[in-house]
Parts: sequence; structure tokens; C-alpha cells
Amino acid sequence: MSAPFYVSPEQLMKDRADYARKGIARGRSNVVLQYADGILFVAENASKALHKISEVYDRIAFAAVGRYNEFENLRVAGVRLADLTGYTYDRRDVTGRTIANAYAQTLGAIFSGAGEKPYEVEIVVAEVGDEVDGDTMYRLTYDGSVADEHGFVAMGGQAEHITGLLKERYVPGSSLAAALRLAVDVLTQAPDGEMRTLTAAQLEVAALVRSRARRAFRRYVGPELEALLAASVAHQAEPHATPPASDPDPDVEAEPS
Amino acid sequence: MTTDGSGRLPTAFHQTGVGSFADFLGMHAPEMMPGRRTLGPGTVDAPHGTTIVAVTFNGGVVMAGDRRATMGNIIAQRDIEKVFQADEFSCVGIAGTAGLAIELVRLFQVELEHYEKIQGATLTLEGKANRLSMMIRGNLPMAMQGLAVVPLFAGYDQLVPDPAKAGRIFSFDVTGGRYEEHSFHAVGSGSMFARGALKKFFRDDFSHDEAVRACVESLYDAADDDSATGGPDLTRQIYPVVVSCTADGFSRVADDVLHDLVARVVDARMARPGGPAAPLS
Repeated sequence: MSAPFYVSPEQLMKDRADYARKGIARGRSNVVLQYADGILFVAENASKALHKISEVYDRIAFAAVGRYNEFENLRVAGVRLADLTGYTYDRRDVTGRTIANAYAQTLGAIFSGAGEKPYEVEIVVAEVGDEVDGDTMYRLTYDGSVADEHGFVAMGGQAEHITGLLKERYVPGSSLAAALRLAVDVLTQAPDGEMRTLTAAQLEVAALVRSRARRAFRRYVGPELEALLAASVAHQAEPHATPPASDPDPDVEAEPS
Repeated sequence: MTTDGSGRLPTAFHQTGVGSFADFLGMHAPEMMPGRRTLGPGTVDAPHGTTIVAVTFNGGVVMAGDRRATMGNIIAQRDIEKVFQADEFSCVGIAGTAGLAIELVRLFQVELEHYEKIQGATLTLEGKANRLSMMIRGNLPMAMQGLAVVPLFAGYDQLVPDPAKAGRIFSFDVTGGRYEEHSFHAVGSGSMFARGALKKFFRDDFSHDEAVRACVESLYDAADDDSATGGPDLTRQIYPVVVSCTADGFSRVADDVLHDLVARVVDARMARPGGPAAPLS
């Protein structure tokens, strides 16, 4: 019997991190950004059934990149935790921080546990507040680290490149159409400057809309998404620094998402 | 929240294939499930909810409940609400032991929303009714000790192509038996009188407002003959809770609308205490 090779803890963790990072880098990207009336989620996702963006609770939503089975497992756990907390106490006692903390603990335990491979996922838990100041966005990575983000978050294969673009172009307090335009622009612009085109069928778009009475989460699909994309193209011609006064936001009707 | 030593969420949270919140609760925190409690001997006095009525109309269904809870000969509460929104297209009213019934409704509400979030699709109206019937069955040991819960479930069935027929009503017995009712139904202590009145009022071509009126009239009749059902309280401005489910979803009839309607009903009863006369031919 030969003795096992010695691997230093640093090397072990580095290998696991590299493994997770590589898995995430293969996937398409996902952008979450605050706009005047809430928080917008835009993912490049050709599937209409396998979502990368989901509702967790009344004011809380979830966006993820990476391996589907792994983030789906975490999404379900988050919904259960939120519903359990709301059932035990009150609906208003469920916060994004509770969910983000549980994810952080779970991801951290899986990352450092020897028996399992690390999850190849990156997650954003966002909660829309009564005011813009009350909005929170937590970004969680494969090793369980949490970052409290403001304004915008990008995840996935092109995360660094997209974050760079958003830093230059993000304007707080913009309209839904302008925010969607920006998100689609940064998702379509490759690092070498080349522009791809993404149609409505290749995008998954949802928002936490501040003005909605109880469940703030709302998906934009089909003709509505096409109309919204068309409206957002109109904004492209205008300078980015001046958010338009009129907002073609069709959120007034309270349709379930 | 219990966790294992590592700090990660317990296994029940990661269980796949479970879309039901009640099933999850049964795995993770069985002590929080209604009906799973060990009962001591003897009986307790607890507030009871009384009469709930539901009427279908051309475009949906209306449900209404009086505002009284009784405990023996005492009025336990005069403004209790016993009709609730279940989800976007359905409502549930409760008669029987108020404390258990309200807990059951809360669990049912979470159950429907939970399924919707986990599975990404809403349950069919029958699916919702079956789920409720299973929850009532779980309460059977309590019912045998006199703590029965009898709900009335109604909703707008989006799978029915004709909106005139999309309003549906389901009643339940204490053993969890589920029965679809046609046109109208009532549960609770005053239900006999309310049902008798509705039998005379009901017409196939009811509009929303006529269905609301029929509900309020029938609750008045129930309160007229059943001491446990509360009539409209004009001095305190406490009126029945009236809700409707239509293609546009759930909505509650506003208090000022009810204020005017109740005033008209009471005025008409001044002249004719028995309520509107049904033509014999």
C-alpha cells in the first residue's frame, strides 16, 4: 500500500475553485440591475421552461448561472425556506438576507466538504424595497462568499467583461426600457467588440416591480417582451445620460406572472 | 431552523420531486402540521365560525360570509373575517372551529403559492380542491373531539372555455369528502336557511351585482333564524365579507358598495321582513 500524496490545503482549495470557475465560465451570462421602479433580470436563455430567473417570495427573486441541476436545487431550497419562514412568522419577516445567508452557508459547506464536488453556480438574491434605497442585491459565488452589490451585477462566462461595460454605462434611476436596452447591449457585445443579436426568444426577462401590491415578481414573455424590446430600441438613439420622461412600462395591469 | 453541524440547510430542503409545502412541512417540521397534534382527553370551548354562502353567476362566482364567531351562547367576535383569498383565481370560506380553520386556510394559501413557485405552473381548480380535502382529512381526529372544520371552496376555472360556466363551487365534509356543488351552496350553522333562500333567489343568468345581492339577502335570512349567524350591523357598520372570482382574478367587494347595498336590503325588509317574494308562476 502506498501512502496518499500530500496535497496542501491551499492547493486543494485552489483546485476546487478552478474547477468551479471553469464550469461557470462555460455558461451564458446573466445581468441584474436596478432601475427606477424595481430590479430587472435579463438572462440569455433559449429555453422557455428551464428558468434561470425565478420568484422566491413576495419581494424576493433569484437569478443564477452555472449547472442547472445545482442551482435549481438551491432555488427550491430557497423557496421552501422563504415559505417556511413566512408561515412560521409573518410574510414581512421574510428577507433577502435570510435567504442569502442560508445559500452562503450551504455553498460554503459544499465547497469545503471533502466528500462532494463544489457547486458550479453563481447566484444573485435580490429584494425590492419600498424605496430605491431599500433595494438589496446579494451575489453568491461557488465557495459561499457573499457580496452586497449596488446598481448592477453580472454573472456567467463573460462576467468580468460585462461588469466593465456596465461600469461605464450604468445610470441609476433609468426607465425599464432603458435598463433593458443596456442589459441586452452588454450581453450582446463580445470582448472583441463584435455585436451579436439576441431576439426575444433567446432572452429570459423578469423584474421585481416595486409598485405591485404583494408579489412583486413578474415575467415578460411573448408579444409583451417583443414590444418592450422594440420600445427599448427607441431609447438607443437617445444619449444614455438622460433617462426619458415617458416610460412605456406595461406594469399597470395586475396580471399574475 | 434546525441544521446539521455543517451549517447547510437540512436534507428536507433539498428533497426533489416535492411540490407541496404541506409535505415539506411534514418532513421537516411535523409538529407544525395541523391535525398532527396529540390530543388530551375532554373538550374545550373555542370560537366557532358560522355561515358561508357561494353563488355562481355569468362570469364567475361570489362568496360571502357573516362576521360572527360564537362560543356557546356568547358572541366571541362580531367582526371576524371568514372568507379568504386562496390564490389569484379562488377563494375559501370557513365554518367550524375558527382557530383551526384559519390555520388550515393559511397553510392552504401557502400550499397553492408554493406549488406555483416550485413547479412553475398553477394547480387546476380540482387539484386545489383535492388538496384542501386532504388537509381536512388530516383534521379528522380533532373533528371527532368536536373541533370540526368545514370549508367552502370556490373559484374561476380557467380551463372552462365558457366564462358563463367557469365559476365553480366545492363543498367538503369533516372526513375530507369533496363534492362539487352547482349554482349555489352554503355551509355553517345558518346554512339551511341561507340555502333555502338561495333556492328561491337563484337564476341562471345572474350578473355579478345580482349574485352579490343574493348572497347578502341569504345571509340576512340565515341571521334571521339562526342565533349564531350575525346580521349586518348597521350601528357599527360591520357588513358581510363579499368576494368574487372572475376571469380578472380575485377581488373583494368594497365596504362603501356594501354599505349602500346593505342599506337597500334593510330598507326593503322594513316593508317586507321576509325578503323579496318569489313569484309562484
